[in-house]
Amino acid sequence: MIELKHYLLVSALLFAIGLAGVLMRRNSIIILAGIELMLGAANLNFIAFWRYADNSGSLTGVIFSLFIIAVSAAEAAVGLGLVIAIYRYFKTSDAEDVNSMKD
Amino acid sequence: MTALFLFFSLILIISAIGAMSLRNLVHCALCLAVSFAALGGLFITVGAEFVGLVQILIYVGAIAVLIVFAILLVRGSEIGKLPRWESSWKIGLIISICVFMTISLCIHFDVKPIISDKPKTATVDIIGKELMTDYILPLEVVGLLLTAAMIGAVLLAMRDRPALVRRTGQISGTKKAEASR
Repeated sequence: MIELKHYLLVSALLFAIGLAGVLMRRNSIIILAGIELMLGAANLNFIAFWRYADNSGSLTGVIFSLFIIAVSAAEAAVGLGLVIAIYRYFKTSDAEDVNSMKD
Repeated sequence: MTALFLFFSLILIISAIGAMSLRNLVHCALCLAVSFAALGGLFITVGAEFVGLVQILIYVGAIAVLIVFAILLVRGSEIGKLPRWESSWKIGLIISICVFMTISLCIHFDVKPIISDKPKTATVDIIGKELMTDYILPLEVVGLLLTAAMIGAVLLAMRDRPALVRRTGQISGTKKAEASR
């Protein structure tokens, strides 16, 4: 029998994979993809809590995850636009090479 | 139910690991699309069919394709010889393992089984009524946000050569040259 706990474990694993991708990869597009994975994990949490919580008729989890999907679509569009602008200026998409404020 | 959950979550985890660790960036984007589709399948098995379909439509249909376009525009598929990990990747791995251990310990010890066994469904009818009555203000704010994000993305990715030329006053010079000609 699948319970709330299993969905939360899958969601935690997905969040950890996305966080590892954000912290470990050099390419900024893959960093954005990791952020999308983490948002997907949060969505899975919302849906699982909506399904297994004892609130008859409330749709807050579903509505909230729909809003998260819309916001993450906007975030992906702006983030990829930033990546393209950075590539045009620095001729690279590596996050480690864009460090002119550090030097 | 159990078999579907195991199937989708296995595909989700494996393809997410692939999307974060493969060397070729196009392969990463394809693994990302597969993992988004599996996540939509998980939503559908829980009972939120509309959210699952929206997930597949937006993530697989729009965001994955957008990421592939960005990879091709920055020629990410040609820089496969560069190192793919950051120089401080061990710290990132340790941090993410710690985060996963913390969350899973919290889940194991603290989650009360607040199980309501009756299957719930969120049909489009109910979601539309809720969106149009209780959540009308967030809906309008999201519309404004999407418009602003679209304009911002276009402005960010647009070449700003004409603005640059106008700022340095070269347009007036060329106009004078044309007038004298």
